[in-house]
Amino acid sequence: MSAFEPSLSYRRWRHLKDRLAKHGVAIGGVGVIVAITLIFFYLLLVVLPLFKPAEMEAGPSFSLTDAPQAIHYLTVDEYVEVGLAVDEAGRALFFSTADGHPLERIDIELPPGARVTALGKGDPAIEILALGLDNGQVVVVKPVYKISYPDDRRHITPTLEYPLGTDPIDLDEDGAPLRAVALQMGEEQATLAAVGESGQVFVANLAIEESFLGEGFSFEQENTVIEPDLDDIRYLLVSGPQTELYLANGDGNALLYDLRDPTEPELLQRLDLTPPGVRLTSLRFLTGSVSLMVGDSRGHIAQWFPVNERGRPRLVHVREFAEQDAAITDIAPEHGRRGFVAADAKGRLGVYYTTSERLLALAPVTDVPVAKVAVSPRADAALVLDAQGRLHVFRIHNEHPEISFKSLWGKVWYEGYSEPAHLWQSSAATTDFEPKFSLTPLALGTLKAAFYAMLVAVPLAIMGAIYTAYFMSPGLRRVVKPTIEIMEALPTVILGFLAGLWLAPYVEAHLPGIFASLLILPAGVLLFAYLWQRLPRTLRAHVPDGWEPLLLLPVLAALTALAMWLSYPMEELFFEGDMRNWLANDLGIPFDQRNAIVVGLAMGFAVIPTIFSITEDAIFQVPKHLTFGSLALGATPWQTLTRVVILTASPGIFSAVMIGLGRAVGETMIVLMATGNTPVMDWSPFQGMRTLSANIAVEMPESEVDSTHYRVLFLAALVLFLFTFAVNTAAEMVRQRLRKKYSSL
Amino acid sequence: MNVRAWFKSGSPWVWLNAAAVSASILMVVGLLALIAARGLGHFWPHPVVAFTYHEGPDQSRRIIGEIQDDEELPASRLREAGYWLPDGTGERITRYLVKVGNRDVYGADFFSAASSNMGPWEYPRGIFVAERWEWGNFYGFLRQVKEAGHVVAEGDGAWTVLQERLSRVRELHDAIRRLEKDEIGAINYRMERLRLKERGYELDGELTPARKAEIEMERARLQREYETVQARLQTLYRDIRRDSFTAEVMTGQVVEIPLATVVRAYRPNAMGPFEKVGHYLAKLWEFVSEEPREANTEGGVFPAIFGTVMMVLIMSVFVTPMGIVAAVYLREYAKQGPLTRVIRISVNNLAGVPSIVYGVFGLGFFVYFLGGNIDRLFFPEALPSPTFGTPGILWASLTLALLTLPVVIVSTEEGLSRIPKSLREGSLALGATKAETLWRVVLPMASPALMTGLILAVARAAGEVAPLMLVGVVKLAPALPLDGNFPFLHLERKFMHLGFHIYDVGFQSPNVEAARPLVYATALLLVLVIVVLNLTAIQIRNRLREKYRSLET
Repeated sequence: MSAFEPSLSYRRWRHLKDRLAKHGVAIGGVGVIVAITLIFFYLLLVVLPLFKPAEMEAGPSFSLTDAPQAIHYLTVDEYVEVGLAVDEAGRALFFSTADGHPLERIDIELPPGARVTALGKGDPAIEILALGLDNGQVVVVKPVYKISYPDDRRHITPTLEYPLGTDPIDLDEDGAPLRAVALQMGEEQATLAAVGESGQVFVANLAIEESFLGEGFSFEQENTVIEPDLDDIRYLLVSGPQTELYLANGDGNALLYDLRDPTEPELLQRLDLTPPGVRLTSLRFLTGSVSLMVGDSRGHIAQWFPVNERGRPRLVHVREFAEQDAAITDIAPEHGRRGFVAADAKGRLGVYYTTSERLLALAPVTDVPVAKVAVSPRADAALVLDAQGRLHVFRIHNEHPEISFKSLWGKVWYEGYSEPAHLWQSSAATTDFEPKFSLTPLALGTLKAAFYAMLVAVPLAIMGAIYTAYFMSPGLRRVVKPTIEIMEALPTVILGFLAGLWLAPYVEAHLPGIFASLLILPAGVLLFAYLWQRLPRTLRAHVPDGWEPLLLLPVLAALTALAMWLSYPMEELFFEGDMRNWLANDLGIPFDQRNAIVVGLAMGFAVIPTIFSITEDAIFQVPKHLTFGSLALGATPWQTLTRVVILTASPGIFSAVMIGLGRAVGETMIVLMATGNTPVMDWSPFQGMRTLSANIAVEMPESEVDSTHYRVLFLAALVLFLFTFAVNTAAEMVRQRLRKKYSSL
Repeated sequence: MNVRAWFKSGSPWVWLNAAAVSASILMVVGLLALIAARGLGHFWPHPVVAFTYHEGPDQSRRIIGEIQDDEELPASRLREAGYWLPDGTGERITRYLVKVGNRDVYGADFFSAASSNMGPWEYPRGIFVAERWEWGNFYGFLRQVKEAGHVVAEGDGAWTVLQERLSRVRELHDAIRRLEKDEIGAINYRMERLRLKERGYELDGELTPARKAEIEMERARLQREYETVQARLQTLYRDIRRDSFTAEVMTGQVVEIPLATVVRAYRPNAMGPFEKVGHYLAKLWEFVSEEPREANTEGGVFPAIFGTVMMVLIMSVFVTPMGIVAAVYLREYAKQGPLTRVIRISVNNLAGVPSIVYGVFGLGFFVYFLGGNIDRLFFPEALPSPTFGTPGILWASLTLALLTLPVVIVSTEEGLSRIPKSLREGSLALGATKAETLWRVVLPMASPALMTGLILAVARAAGEVAPLMLVGVVKLAPALPLDGNFPFLHLERKFMHLGFHIYDVGFQSPNVEAARPLVYATALLLVLVIVVLNLTAIQIRNRLREKYRSLET
């Protein structure tokens, strides 16, 4: 028996190995499949935060111990550690946002005895404020937070700066109190405006000049007085480019003045910002100081911005948010984005975004009306002052407000445009740029590229496949099939490079020839075939059936050469010697050298083999007894083909086209290189396009991780993934059913 | 047979279908021929023409250069653009693109010349072409060769002297490059590792004075080493700058060019056929073995070839086991049913998912998520500059492995399914376990299918560019991913790739016109690699089919 012992352990060992292999392979196999599905879930994971609403989280709530009298101005620093309140007496109190204890108290340098009667805010992106005094003067201050890192910990030292000097600037030379004040400041000029005691408006234009050493500065001041036909002006704003002045009263009546010539302001428009009977309760600029946000007593907030109309700006109503039902008491714009926070008389706070028309959050913050609200520079916190003088800090998590279904796919009216449009413009040089994330032009570009490619590929591939599967001699087929397979393997970067650098100039130079070849090639082939038919049988016998393509190679080459050679005379004859110019001047069709025709040809080339192989397989696998039956009943081969074979194989052909479409939609390099990559919204064959995939390739390397742009590009990838996956799955199902059908036949 | 009867017979449609096949074939063949002609023609020494060019009624200049391209266009278009054409010019004229070189002298490499304004073409034997490290080609007539400012040769003898001195300069140049690239590169690499080591100790709070002293000593040693190499470099630089030559260019101006800037010089018009072939082969060898010069528009593509091969190899290491295990699981172990069918369809469909989607996934998941975490865990000393948290060859290979996985799985599965059941049953009947059957019988028999899958995967990966643009490819990599510095294989490095090289040089380079021939050559190289790989795969597959056909019967 002992002789069997090792054998037993050996058997056990083998058994163990077998089980190990079984589980190992199972784990590995499942792991690989999971890894593949991970792609989908990861893309989804990155995309999902785009559609999340904002979250508001209540922070500390306190009263200022060293309470200033009436708070005129409220703001908070970048790290939400230091708040600032400015009061009537011109005192600035910096306080901790954790508990409200005072950190620094600065008396703003005012002329002796002067009191602050009005306060104007500059552009939201630059924290700056103008204090209008009761002696007709204005002082401009800017809170500055100096950051140092003693012991590796952040320490913020708040101070005040005087960007226009500590000397007050005269607006009302009579020295009467100012009722409202506005400020806009740029590198080289600043504009101050104020409403005087008797309703007139003072405008001061300051041309700032830096001194040579870069330390000091000086400015030249020019004052103008406007006598507006508007009572009781409460709101006064100067636009970001300092070219428009807006005046409004509590009834919503408003005036728009042109300030392009600061010495002679011109009344451009008189309008009502609110419907009759509705009070205007809050008026602020969005960042960039172009869009006006109008809050009213119904709780509606409307966006207005100037649109260029015959060279002159005209304020138009763009969109309205009707989400709050109590009077809007204050609106605080975000500093870097087109979003804002609005507080109402019921003590609620709404977080909005204009471009995407989203209400991201709406929550009660106090039981009493809100008096003032400020948003931190990173838009991650709001500081709320209620009517009883208590301050509340709210953390806001609002990463991607720019995106909504409408902003991705619908028409959006962007700032500075005269009408709503589909636009993709993800970044620009300036920081106060409004990103335009409409995927529609990209999706349209993708479909356009695919459409022109299919236009080229489908007829060629299907006809070629029909011939190869049904008529071609086996000997030739053994050569043709690998050639087409090689065609499929050609790197698309090469096709794209040839399309961009060789084909595009060639097509441009031979445009009439390209169109003529559509006619000349089929006609020439038919003519040749007919003449061939007429040749003596002995001569024809040299080329057996199924070798026609070989015969046609030189014919096609010659016909193509003929079409190209005819290109120039045709151009002379029909298009005044230059078809490009003719298109542009006579038909008004713009022409790009790298256009949809080039893409269609190059991408058609890339798609032909995909459609060809699958169609060919489908036709070749049609059971032979079907065709034999048909032929035996006296049908000609062509009749058999059209009535029996193609009909049977049509699901296969359909799936081939679908798979080809999937490939054309996702192709990147060809479109990247063969078009100008401009996101345009038209179907013209003479213009380029920008596709989803090319857009990803161009912009992904530059996008910041986890930014909205990054996630939108992931969304574009997800859209591509889902589209191709759906198309391919449909095609695959059809094919599987076809296979079952064949096997049952 | 009359026309109507002929149409009724359906035969015209058959012919049209045949024409579709011919058109497809014509397109493939034409494309390959175009690339081959342009790519291979680039290295041939083109004759240099000299002609007088009339720019106005009595205004002319001499042009010397290579004819690079020509196009025919209506004369009216040139006239509209403000060109002067002599009277009696025909309606159509040819416009030549002449590469005149000497960018440092004239400011532009190219001159476009209308055939109507040209004087007769001449091919003076004395013209020589100097390829330079920068500023592109130089065309002119050699006048003198100088050593340290003194003329050593002049007139007819100057050419041989120039060639002799050029070979000396070339040797010096090689020596300089060896020093700069290898030795100084290695010293810099060790310096950087030293810095990281110090920072690592610092982060762990283990930077004891003893360790610090040790590091300082090592650093001083490297610094000394660096200084000696630097001193040697100085002498070499002095030597290489010694010689120069003067030459007359087409404007009649005589310019002096230091020999150190010249790669090679030849007189194309005076070359015999054998010399031309020699020159051609030398250029071809330079193309595949040298590094690029002049923002990739001249020189070779060796780093791109190397990068492509490395990436494909690393990818194969990942994709082969993954693909085989998944295929074996699906075909041999998983219970066949609706679930496996769904999986199979999904895997199949993944092959149709656009490659850029894989690139996006690779960037987000591999580079930022995995790479970022690896950096935080294992390379905290290098932060904030990322080690693996940035695109690199490892992530590119992994992304492409995922991209080509469906190809391998599908091909392997097909191979497994073709193996007759009888073989498996025979093995099991003889007492082998399932694992043994798989390992000893099934897999060896399916190995050609595995190979086919792998080759197709490699061919696809070699030609794929879009995802690589996101996960690791660069236009000019400072170092190869494999070198003499420990640990030799640098998976975190960025790399160059033939396909991306084509895109970059053809579309992003400042001097597209000058770079175009090189792009054709690169494209040809890539096409060759891929066509050879695919033909191999097709061959293997066909042989395999024959083999099993005989088994099945």
